[in-house]
Amino acid sequence: MTSLPLLIELCYIFSAVLFISGIKMLSSPMTARRGNLISSIGMLIAIAATLGKSGLHFKFIIIGIVAGTVIGIVTAKTVAMTSMPEMVALLNGSGGIASLLVGWAEFHSKITTHSGPILLAIVLTVTIGGITFSGSLVAFGKLSEKLPGKPILLPGQNVFNVILAAAIIIIGFMFCFSNSFTAHYQLFISIIIIALALGILGVIPIGGADMPVVISLLNSYSGLAACAAGFVILNKVLIVSGALVGASGIILTSIMCKAMNRSLSNVLFSGFGSGTTKAKNKDSQGDVKPINTNDAFLVLEAASSVVITPGYGMAVAQAQHVVNELGNLLEENGCEVRYAIHPVAGRMPGHMNVLLAEANVSYDLLAEPDDVNPVMESIDVCIVIGANDVVNPSARDDTSSPIYGMPIINVDKAKTVFVLKRSMASGFAGIENPLFFGENTRMLFGDAKASVSALAAKFKG
Amino acid sequence: METVIFLTFILVLSIFLGCELISKVPSTLHTPLMSGSNAISGITIVGALIAAGTGNNHETIILGILALVFATVNVVGGYLVTDRMLAMFIKKDTKKKQ
Repeated sequence: MTSLPLLIELCYIFSAVLFISGIKMLSSPMTARRGNLISSIGMLIAIAATLGKSGLHFKFIIIGIVAGTVIGIVTAKTVAMTSMPEMVALLNGSGGIASLLVGWAEFHSKITTHSGPILLAIVLTVTIGGITFSGSLVAFGKLSEKLPGKPILLPGQNVFNVILAAAIIIIGFMFCFSNSFTAHYQLFISIIIIALALGILGVIPIGGADMPVVISLLNSYSGLAACAAGFVILNKVLIVSGALVGASGIILTSIMCKAMNRSLSNVLFSGFGSGTTKAKNKDSQGDVKPINTNDAFLVLEAASSVVITPGYGMAVAQAQHVVNELGNLLEENGCEVRYAIHPVAGRMPGHMNVLLAEANVSYDLLAEPDDVNPVMESIDVCIVIGANDVVNPSARDDTSSPIYGMPIINVDKAKTVFVLKRSMASGFAGIENPLFFGENTRMLFGDAKASVSALAAKFKG
Repeated sequence: METVIFLTFILVLSIFLGCELISKVPSTLHTPLMSGSNAISGITIVGALIAAGTGNNHETIILGILALVFATVNVVGGYLVTDRMLAMFIKKDTKKKQ
């Protein structure tokens, strides 16, 4: 057992309790902020308890903590809400590399005296940490558009990834049973390199619209890496907290997959949206009916219920503030306004909710598809802002569609649908959307932000 | 070996607890949940502190300091950014009163 004094152990238990209560309070937006504070106090206690350990050199610790704190504060205070997916990706990555380095430092410090189970934990820590780190960097590149958002699928890539994964298992096995110093280190370094390669190759073939799944999964990995590091240094608070985060990421991943009606392996390995899937909608042909802001305003002015459905396009156009303005004006006009948000709209779980919250939209107006779909037929106007696949009726009606079976928001059942769109280009998945040709659909072409502010301006007279 | 079994026992229970807790979080809060839980995964800072503070050779200390920097970024950045987001989730009535 670890020889930590009793007081430190008790502090660790207390901080685990605070983490758990903190997450529990996230179940309502009312208490969530306090929950986050409580969780951060738990972290502070864990850090303070560790510093109480005897025989620490504070010189090095202060360097590390000061540098990390400065970087952390600056990035957290300056990042724009629209860049939140990239920020989360980077945070996942830094958690992953931190665990990798902890595993490495521990391996290095007692290189000759580690026992089998500890060596196995070290392998797991650096593998998961490495995959998290490089995978998150690729995800960051894709989300910030420094890398192409389209999936990049090389021939034989899946086979190659399987070979790499097998190599890690074999080398990891050899590592656990090796007893020569140089061989040990060579094996260790090759595990790190392969893990980093796996992270890159694993995320490269995944397209932008599947990022919610990838971010959730990497979030889970960053927790599991911390958990594995807990087994390396035999520390219970790492194991408990890491497992909580791991579970959280896994649950989010499965929610995202369900929302797209696809399996995790389909998301990870199929290169969905790389252009190989061809739409074959014969009956979706028809005339697109454009509308100008004047006519759209007249319809909205007469409407008594409006549902706004935002998608990634709203984030790109940074239109959340004008959308809120329009929503408020509609409400003042005696209209009931709600926001229908699909779980995979945007680039990470809850992306649209955060943007609308930033624009001061009250959280009780944010609805899930299951809340609005049953009453959709009684809705006067549905405004689709930069969403495409999540409102595509062929997911419901067309068995030949690649997204058939995906739960959607049934905007086409509303009395009138306005689709705000820049052009007639197809969505991320390259699938034609029969919604645009619908009898009750009117296309409002142009930049989403410009269109919405034009509508708002008309309300103001 | 006994220690490992004991720790695994804790692990399994924590995963079940995590699943129970997380499934109660509404979808509206999924982004803050991710950044907040991500900050919790920065608990690896405990390992970094020990490595940086007790390292008996240069390499271990350097690895430890690097780990500490990243873990601190993870913790500080994660909690602050989550707080910033959660501060925005307000109810309209209270907003109008202010």
